[in-house]
Amino acid sequence: MDLKDKLISSFMAFENNVDIDSPVHDERSEAIKNFEEKGFPTKKEEAWKYTSLNSLQKIDFSIFPKEANALDYKDVKKYFINEIDTYKIVFVDGIYSSFLSETTHDGVDICLMSSALTKPMYKQIIDVYFNKIASKDESLTTLNTAFSREGAYIYIPKSKMPKKPIEIVHFSTGNEASLLLQPRNLIIAEENAELQVIERHQSLTENEVLTNSVTEIFAAKNAIVDYYKVQNDLSTASLVDNTYVNQKDDSVVKVHTFSFGGKLTRNNLNFYQNGEHIDSIMKGVTILGEKQHVDHHTLVHHIQPNCESHQDYKGIYGENATGVFNGKIIVDKIAQKTNAFQQNNNILVSDKATINTKPQLEIFADDVKCSHGCTIGQLDDDALFYLQTRGIPKKEARALMMYAFANNVLESVRIPELKARINKLIAKKLGVNLGFDL
Amino acid sequence: MLKINDLHARVEDKDILKGINLEVNAGEVHAIMGPNGSGKSTLASVIAGKEEFEVTQGSVVLDGEDLEDDAPEERAHKGIFLSFQYPVEIPGVSVTNFMKTAINESRKARGLEDMPAKEMLKLIREKSEMLEIDRKFLSRSLNEGFSGGEKKRNEIFQMAMLEPRLAILDETDSGLDIDALRIVANGVNKLKSKDNAVVVITHYQRLLEYIVPDFVHVLHNGKIVKSGGKELALELEEKGYDWIKNEAVV
Ligand SMILES: Nc1ncnc2c1ncn2[C@@H]1O[C@H](COP(=O)(O)OP(=O)(O)O)[C@@H](O)[C@H]1O
Ligand SMILES: [Mg+2]
Repeated sequence: MDLKDKLISSFMAFENNVDIDSPVHDERSEAIKNFEEKGFPTKKEEAWKYTSLNSLQKIDFSIFPKEANALDYKDVKKYFINEIDTYKIVFVDGIYSSFLSETTHDGVDICLMSSALTKPMYKQIIDVYFNKIASKDESLTTLNTAFSREGAYIYIPKSKMPKKPIEIVHFSTGNEASLLLQPRNLIIAEENAELQVIERHQSLTENEVLTNSVTEIFAAKNAIVDYYKVQNDLSTASLVDNTYVNQKDDSVVKVHTFSFGGKLTRNNLNFYQNGEHIDSIMKGVTILGEKQHVDHHTLVHHIQPNCESHQDYKGIYGENATGVFNGKIIVDKIAQKTNAFQQNNNILVSDKATINTKPQLEIFADDVKCSHGCTIGQLDDDALFYLQTRGIPKKEARALMMYAFANNVLESVRIPELKARINKLIAKKLGVNLGFDL
Repeated sequence: MLKINDLHARVEDKDILKGINLEVNAGEVHAIMGPNGSGKSTLASVIAGKEEFEVTQGSVVLDGEDLEDDAPEERAHKGIFLSFQYPVEIPGVSVTNFMKTAINESRKARGLEDMPAKEMLKLIREKSEMLEIDRKFLSRSLNEGFSGGEKKRNEIFQMAMLEPRLAILDETDSGLDIDALRIVANGVNKLKSKDNAVVVITHYQRLLEYIVPDFVHVLHNGKIVKSGGKELALELEEKGYDWIKNEAVV
């Protein structure tokens, strides 16, 4: 049985198992219908031209989480930003780990999707927000919606700010030969609220994992959301990340994506500007080697006037790595005075690495400022020689230049300990022991 | 210290150095002069180990060791320093952190621990004051947006930090006004000792009034066509290079 059939035939059992009376029952049923119709995306679709899910579909994934393996904090401590205190919503093999987590209901809700979907006290909010910005016809998003049950639920009321950053971490322990995970996150920042989230997926064994994640983020008037995705998984772990952001007047949402690992990573990052004076910021650093593949698909839909969007993605591709950047910007007719910037710069450090980069602009307003640029280059030999003559070995000189190339994306990381961690990951990825405290 | 024997080098199938012989001993200052395109910068790059230039014949020997197989960083670790005619801009790397990395990598190569941060700061302060370099300057990206003169002064700052045994200064005087020239020359002179040596590449006699050479060599068409004492520089300044070219033909 192929993966699609397996998923569809499991759906009934899944719903019976969770809660058939759930307020989201109808949403799930609609979603599975859509997935049944569309199936997995194929390379024939323009949006999936460079990313194939074929070989992943041949794997016999377990689709229901079993009893989770217990993890000791000391064994997984290094995957947290452990230098600082954080709220933690942690899942092991798709199951919530209360032992590793630190949730709260103290003025803000930082807890579990499974509670939010089943407890009456959350019903009102779920009715207003759940599945309201996520696509109802993109097949992988609907697949996630159909099986939505667990994930992070974060609700920050008006003018509140959690005391510390929130980490959402998914571990897989290899208790299944191959595991499909479908986390579903809902993040709501009400008027004037502010929060910082760090999301990470981490496989702990060489067993195959595929994660198809959906995150909905709602930023009300004047809210500030700072979201960091750390993608540094093992080479047997694949991730499809579908993130949908809905913004109201004067809100600022920033998403940083650090892609250093994994086998196949697809980021679908979608911003909808439903208000004025909004700022949407997308930044990415991608450093890949081996046969790793990362595909960044971004969308900013400028729906109202006087808004801004900024995209800055830097990529460094070595060995046989492949990368894709596809940045779509839509400016509606009434969205006058839009400022939309998009930049994608890449360095290829091997003859066999490839990058496909493409801006996609659909502009229907006439009074807008849009700029986009993509570059693909190599490291400058003269600059390398210059650094070497100062006693910096070639490998370190290359790393220094690559770090410098990516550096301006890191400048906007507002959690210093996270920034230090990213710096370390970059040094490790580049195979050098340099401080990079540039 | 440095011995160059019958050195031939080419780039992209073009022969540029055509048999250079030069010996530089500890404590000496040598000046290399010559018209544009004669191969001065190429000679400097070959000594520093630039891979783009292919050595087809001859050798560069430091303290009795052929440098043929040494990468540029290994030559740097052995004490060779090149002040570039055209220093490269490196966006995103600050002068300070670049120097920290350079010094600590050189120490690592010698089996030493990283220099303690305090000591590093002190060294940076001392050397930047000597060269009258503004502090703000040190946090800027290396050479990015620097004026010609700032770049050259920054090269000598790096030299002062690294304390090389053999410094090659490639047209360090160009782009410097007379005050900056004095500061830079003064910096170089302070670093001079009986254990190290300086090779000054220049077009003009001006710098040589401050950094007084023991020997002057004229490079023309990839060969040293004339050598002499410091008075040769004055003669060149007066007469230009044409008489040398003519002499070389004869
Ligand atoms: N990278 C290069 N590729 C091709 N030709 C070069 C290169 N570098 C130098 N040359 C040539 O070599 C000759 C000597 O150049 P250079 O060493 O820079 O002279 P100088 O420093 O004496 O002015 C010139 O004819 C120059 O065009
Ligand atoms: Mg020159």
